[in-house]
Amino acid sequence: MADDEKVAPKASRTGDGPAADAPAASKPPWEEKPVAPLPHDATSHPQVAELEAALPGAVAGAVELAGQVTVTVPLEMLLLACQTLKETLGYGFLVDLTVVDWPGREAGRFDVVYWLHRHRDEARLRLKVMVAETQEVPSVTGVWKVANWMEREAFDMFGLYFAGHPNLERILTWEGFSGHPLRKDFPIEGVDTGAAMYPDIFPPGGGPVAGGGEG
Amino acid sequence: METAALKTFADAEEMEVSFGPQHPSTHGVLRLMVKVDGERILDAKPIIGYLHRGTEKLFERETYNGCIPHTDRMDYTAAVTNNQGLVGAVEKLMGITIPPRAAYLRMILAELQRLASHLVWLATHALDIGAQTPYFYCFEERDKILDLFEEYCGARLTTNCMRVGGMPYDLTDGWTDRCRAFINQFPAKVEDWERLLTKNRIWRERTVGVGVISAADAVEWGLTGPPLRGSGVRWDIRKVFPYDRYNEVEFDVPIGTNGDTYDRYLVRMEEMRQSVRIIRQCLDRLPDGPVMAKVPKVIKPPKGEVYFSVEGPKGELGYYLVSDGGEKPYRLHVRPACFINLQALPDMVRGQLVADLVAVIGTLDIVLGEIDR
Repeated sequence: MADDEKVAPKASRTGDGPAADAPAASKPPWEEKPVAPLPHDATSHPQVAELEAALPGAVAGAVELAGQVTVTVPLEMLLLACQTLKETLGYGFLVDLTVVDWPGREAGRFDVVYWLHRHRDEARLRLKVMVAETQEVPSVTGVWKVANWMEREAFDMFGLYFAGHPNLERILTWEGFSGHPLRKDFPIEGVDTGAAMYPDIFPPGGGPVAGGGEG
Repeated sequence: METAALKTFADAEEMEVSFGPQHPSTHGVLRLMVKVDGERILDAKPIIGYLHRGTEKLFERETYNGCIPHTDRMDYTAAVTNNQGLVGAVEKLMGITIPPRAAYLRMILAELQRLASHLVWLATHALDIGAQTPYFYCFEERDKILDLFEEYCGARLTTNCMRVGGMPYDLTDGWTDRCRAFINQFPAKVEDWERLLTKNRIWRERTVGVGVISAADAVEWGLTGPPLRGSGVRWDIRKVFPYDRYNEVEFDVPIGTNGDTYDRYLVRMEEMRQSVRIIRQCLDRLPDGPVMAKVPKVIKPPKGEVYFSVEGPKGELGYYLVSDGGEKPYRLHVRPACFINLQALPDMVRGQLVADLVAVIGTLDIVLGEIDR
């Protein structure tokens, strides 16, 4: 109980409820309706400013949400930005690399998302590039070794081509698998697995179907 | 491959051996193409994906709470921490503060899970290297933890024991007493196992200097969890980005010095003691009150993206959630610790003996369910 009181002020949100419900202000935050964090512009955030200073033109946009900064980088600046972030700014650890598919978006179908960590001050930064279906993404395996399998996974799941990757093969599905499962237009019940996998054995549209064929 | 082997047998040049996917010491369905010169490993290439179930695709058709059972099945030796990462990500995007009792319950269950996961690691790792005895002792203790899970949520392995906004159930009567009884007898068991192994000459022969990775390489390869700390980097998500109420409990982050299999063993053994320490503090302070925050019936995070990670038993387990405002995740990507840690394996075994390969697979503590997802 003593802890309960100790932590309550820390967790309470400031000024989110309307002034009318005065007794509600004393309620602990878990009994109130949750208030989602709002995104706001972060071009002046120190992490963004130092990138812009080290490499002018690298920041095409910056947003902060829930304390996490996302920087959008033009595709042609990506490799240079990554090198600068690692060598000059000290982001030595690539935590995560993934892709988000936005079919039909004009600015490019895919977001490639890099999530970087710097041990010096434990700061994290998200890089984002927009890539069209026909475009290649420069591989960052030369910057962070760990990107190797992450890019292979992105290639496997989304069909993005990472130029300069030493060994761009499928990693989670098998070689010869057709399609890229995490694309939004890939059916969740699978493709026509029989004919798609073994075209020399099954006629087009034939063979066993994943998910029992019911869709 | 047979012909290649025959051709090079006489002058004992390099040959390629397929190790796994059906092999007891690969901890699942890992396959390695190992290039060997006699007993010496020239190169090893992991081939994965045999257990791929498309978990990230499945997330996209489930509601948020419906995603939780899928996370159980990734790292199936640590379902609780998998749950914890997912609900944490959704709560972060929605701005939910969970009640303190729920946070403490999460920490108790997560640390019990860390113990259970480390026990599976110790049991199988020791078994792989030839020490059979610890296996039975470890599984006895793990069973007691699973009993506690079963009493709390009805499941032993795939716990599904958290919900967005808190915990689904409060504790049963007497659960804390039984948990306390367990952690009171547990440290003596760790001593017992250490007495079996730590100064054991065979154990040391098989682990000291095996699978060495330097601190700089460990960071470069993105290692997290015990493999990173074994190389001497004091880094733990529970300390760096405290979630739940980890900022309110005291614990140490043990590190190694040489980055070899023996140091990683010592790190994990110490982590077990620290987990007991955390559980004891949580039980002492467990606040009263609700276990569920006031959350809408239909979980609909606003548009946006968030990354949230927890310190799983294997390393940093992260969830990258992109929401389009609907009741299903638009994209939910998992940053699997084992997948990333496994990538460093070829560097760690190059130049070592085939028998050491088994030790290194064991020391990385991989679970293929999480690697392949």
